[in-house]
Amino acid sequence: MKTLVWVEHDGSAVKDATLAAVTAASKLGEVHLLVAGEGVDGVAKEAAQIAGVGKVHVADSAAFGHNLPENIAPLVADLMGSHDAFVVPATTTGKNIAPRVAALLDVMQISEILSVEGPKTFTRPIYAGNAIATVESSDAKLVLTVRGTAFEKAAATGGSGAIEAVSAGGDAGISSFVGAEIAKQDRPELTSAKIIVSGGRALGSSEKYQEVIVPLADKLGAALGASRAAVDAGYVPNDYQVGQTGKIVAPEVYFAIGISGAIQHLAGMKDSKTIVAINKDEDAPIFQVADLGLVADLFSAVPELTGKI
Amino acid sequence: MKILVPVKRVLDYNVKPRVKADGTGVDLANVKMSMNPFDEIAVEEAIRLKEKGVATEIVAVSVGPAKAQETLRTALAMGADRAILVQTDDEAEPLAIAKILKAIADAETPGLVILGKQAIDGDNNQTGQMLAALTGWAQGTFASAVNVEGDHVSVTREVDGGLETVKLKLPAIVTTDLRLNEPRYASLPNIMKAKSKPLDTKAPADYGVDTAPRVKTVKVSEPPVRQAGIKVADVDELVAKLKAMGVHS
Repeated sequence: MKTLVWVEHDGSAVKDATLAAVTAASKLGEVHLLVAGEGVDGVAKEAAQIAGVGKVHVADSAAFGHNLPENIAPLVADLMGSHDAFVVPATTTGKNIAPRVAALLDVMQISEILSVEGPKTFTRPIYAGNAIATVESSDAKLVLTVRGTAFEKAAATGGSGAIEAVSAGGDAGISSFVGAEIAKQDRPELTSAKIIVSGGRALGSSEKYQEVIVPLADKLGAALGASRAAVDAGYVPNDYQVGQTGKIVAPEVYFAIGISGAIQHLAGMKDSKTIVAINKDEDAPIFQVADLGLVADLFSAVPELTGKI
Repeated sequence: MKILVPVKRVLDYNVKPRVKADGTGVDLANVKMSMNPFDEIAVEEAIRLKEKGVATEIVAVSVGPAKAQETLRTALAMGADRAILVQTDDEAEPLAIAKILKAIADAETPGLVILGKQAIDGDNNQTGQMLAALTGWAQGTFASAVNVEGDHVSVTREVDGGLETVKLKLPAIVTTDLRLNEPRYASLPNIMKAKSKPLDTKAPADYGVDTAPRVKTVKVSEPPVRQAGIKVADVDELVAKLKAMGVHS
């Protein structure tokens, strides 16, 4: 089986999520990559070094510059003439493109796979991770999105894929990119961080988030996260949100501070290796999943922890 | 313009799903069902566009069992003008739903179709994108702001790392993210009024769509249970445990 893996990149480097998708794809068969974008020579060279990669298809055009699915999906559908599976990291970019490709191919997509059980059999979470479904596709071709935290990352070096230019496709002329506001962070990316410090509604304000959560994260070299309540209350930007509708994370250590542990939040972090909860409500559901729980007022306990760790 | 709003009846988001002992699925007998939260946001956005004079008519659509009528009545009570129920007892997959919606879009010629970004039961996040592919229209997924400007719509999208804005030619598909708006509650008089609003019942066959599943569910199981942890007495004990695990500055 030949797989085509969508390479997620920021125009200059391959994003980590791609490496987990490569691992998933390698369980199905020969791994080819697609690098689409504008001025992506460097990305293609980096992608070709990913361990285990065969061909790297490169579609370099202004039409592919901002991952517009209207332009990219037909390109992928065309390449799928010679591939059996399209494998995509389940990031916002991947989730935007993959179903459009699936419908063009008239196949059902299987979203956010957790494991490859057979050539057409996969597991995936449903109901916010409260159930795991084992599903089998009957379609001729597969379109899969891959949950990054469920697969080891393929080695970023050691491979020697052959780079080949693709000329298909262009601008469908129905959509254009206007602009982006990307939050600047000098810390590890949330979805690949080893340690995450997350704050919830109990913080009470943006100032308290800065005052209580940020120093602990700084001390640990951790990424910053938040519950939906903290995002909705405006304490932090929405890309900090961990949960069913935010980011799915699985770090070594997850600190849930002032987070009650609603099922939608747990859906985003319950595969963390160790969960540490600090909450003054001893009945908070977060303590049912926490490896280490501390029932205490976070405004005194967290600064004390930051000082002593 | 006309706006089409697909809505889905799902297990209420506050209910903890229970996996059936025989592994065939999640137990939906005698549990509270509600409109998918993202779809409420879609209905609300359509109503706001009507209140701004951008939209002229809002048509709510649901593909599902006879009881999905209740979900459509909720949409009508919020402010939708009429509803279409495509009744099927099959668990229609996103691809089949997208095909039905494509046929309805062909017949109704809406200027916008606003869907939720995902349903909280299947967690697929596919239907809107698939409908966009089938209609050949542009898509603005995970929307946190929607502005119709003449023959275009500009959509601000929630992406990993922040926000991005795209400009789409109308007609277009929009899928809602949580922060697009705060859906209104239907008032009692509006709930009463909704009972007399038109609701057409159709079948997938009326649109020539086969709802047989392409993906077979082999089994549904409980997720692995985390081992019970411990409660520490104070910060010193927490620090000691963390250091023992190798977590320190």
